[in-house]
Amino acid sequence: MFQNIVKKIKKNQFLFEELVKRDFKKKYKRTVLGMMWSLISPLMQLLVMSIVFTNFFGRDKPHYTIYLFAGNLTYAFFKDSTTGGMNSLMQNAGIITKINLPKYMFLLSKNVASVINYVLTLLIFFIFAFFDGIEFHFNFLLLVYPVICLIIFNIGCGFILSALFVIFKDIQYLYDIFTLMLMYLSAIFYYTDTYSPQAQRLFYLNPLYTYITYFRRIVIDGIIPSWKVHVLCLLYAVLALGIGALIYKKYNYKFMYYM
Amino acid sequence: MKKIELNNVSVSYIVGDFSNIGLKDVIIQKIKGTYTQKEFLALNDINFAIEEGELLGIIGTNGAGKSTLCKVISGIMRPTKGTMAVRGNIASLLELGTGFDGDLTVKENTFLRGAMLGYTREFMNQTYESIIEFAELKEFEDRKFSHLSSGMKSRLAFSIACLVKPEILILDEVLSVGDGAFRRKSEQKMLEIIGSGATTLLVSHSLEQIRRMATKVLWLDKGKQVDFGATEEICDKYEAFLKKK
Repeated sequence: MFQNIVKKIKKNQFLFEELVKRDFKKKYKRTVLGMMWSLISPLMQLLVMSIVFTNFFGRDKPHYTIYLFAGNLTYAFFKDSTTGGMNSLMQNAGIITKINLPKYMFLLSKNVASVINYVLTLLIFFIFAFFDGIEFHFNFLLLVYPVICLIIFNIGCGFILSALFVIFKDIQYLYDIFTLMLMYLSAIFYYTDTYSPQAQRLFYLNPLYTYITYFRRIVIDGIIPSWKVHVLCLLYAVLALGIGALIYKKYNYKFMYYM
Repeated sequence: MKKIELNNVSVSYIVGDFSNIGLKDVIIQKIKGTYTQKEFLALNDINFAIEEGELLGIIGTNGAGKSTLCKVISGIMRPTKGTMAVRGNIASLLELGTGFDGDLTVKENTFLRGAMLGYTREFMNQTYESIIEFAELKEFEDRKFSHLSSGMKSRLAFSIACLVKPEILILDEVLSVGDGAFRRKSEQKMLEIIGSGATTLLVSHSLEQIRRMATKVLWLDKGKQVDFGATEEICDKYEAFLKKK
């Protein structure tokens, strides 16, 4: 099935490129500031959070700003990518109901813009880390693993959400509430070590927390996470993508009724 | 060889209010047991077959299921019941304006739309100049698409679409667009494509056009197949039916 998708993308490569261009241009409105803004906005958030929370949580912890940034960065990417993904089918409803095209192309092209944005933010993150006196070592290369898992996870969630959004138009608002809750549960600005070991384990049920933790272990603590974390990262990604792909396969032609 | 063959094809839409009421209410209604889904037969038991090179005219009043039929044959929708065989690559021009984006320039839109119609990049690079020339929009190519007048938009849309070289061509009310001069030009161009041997499905409200071009006619009414066969005979019947109405 995956091979099939790759083959189809090849066949539709021209369309895919044009869609990516369109989404990119629309996102940034062709302005330098547009592009800057999507970088400034997470930095502003970071600034506010570090002003507010450093006094509460960051007093006796090293590199609290980086700790915050790692969490915020991951969460912002997840939210950007999945919200974009959720809208991808409905925004292109006019096209989908008139031309026979693979529907996932619209979601994937949306995600390309999100990923580019994420990678740029990541660069800023490393610049911050550098100035914060964090030592760079070869282990940092391992970060490619959670990044790829996260991208796949986001695409999978996008599939699921976009399908739901076709049928239930109020998902948009429910999802906003959900992501807000998720943010508080992802230990973005607080530490989990004050919880009991059992409670700490529960945090790993949250995929975002798992990805964030991977980042923090490598960058701040300088240690490679256990194999369990590795498995979880992959598991969440594969699960999300699997469920999403199944829904698309099953409801591919049914979406049409609701558009 | 039969190019398109439909056997007992039915399509039912799910109509219900749940796309309006949202997830919360669906859950509540499911709990209360008042949740219902209705089905609506957009196409009911359609049977026909056409040979290579034929031009099938599809007629019927609004809501007869003509567009749904086009969607089914283009592969956008699947029949709920029945079987269907479509042999050959399809170009379906259901709505010429589909896929354009107001924020992009005319040139960017041309490439985007071309990509959606399945052209390759090389092909678009080669033909772009002639497209823009045919649409008479050379001086507008770097303008935003939303700044064009609606006539200009449809001229561009048509100019991109008419480059197709399909085996099966599906035209839903798109035969002639634009103002007088362009209208003639566009119809000429379409006739060329049809004349090159493509099997064509033509949806049109212009009976005169159907009589002139179609080799066979399918008459639909409220999703049902009223008649299928020779052009003159069915067009006469349809005309009588319209008069009675």
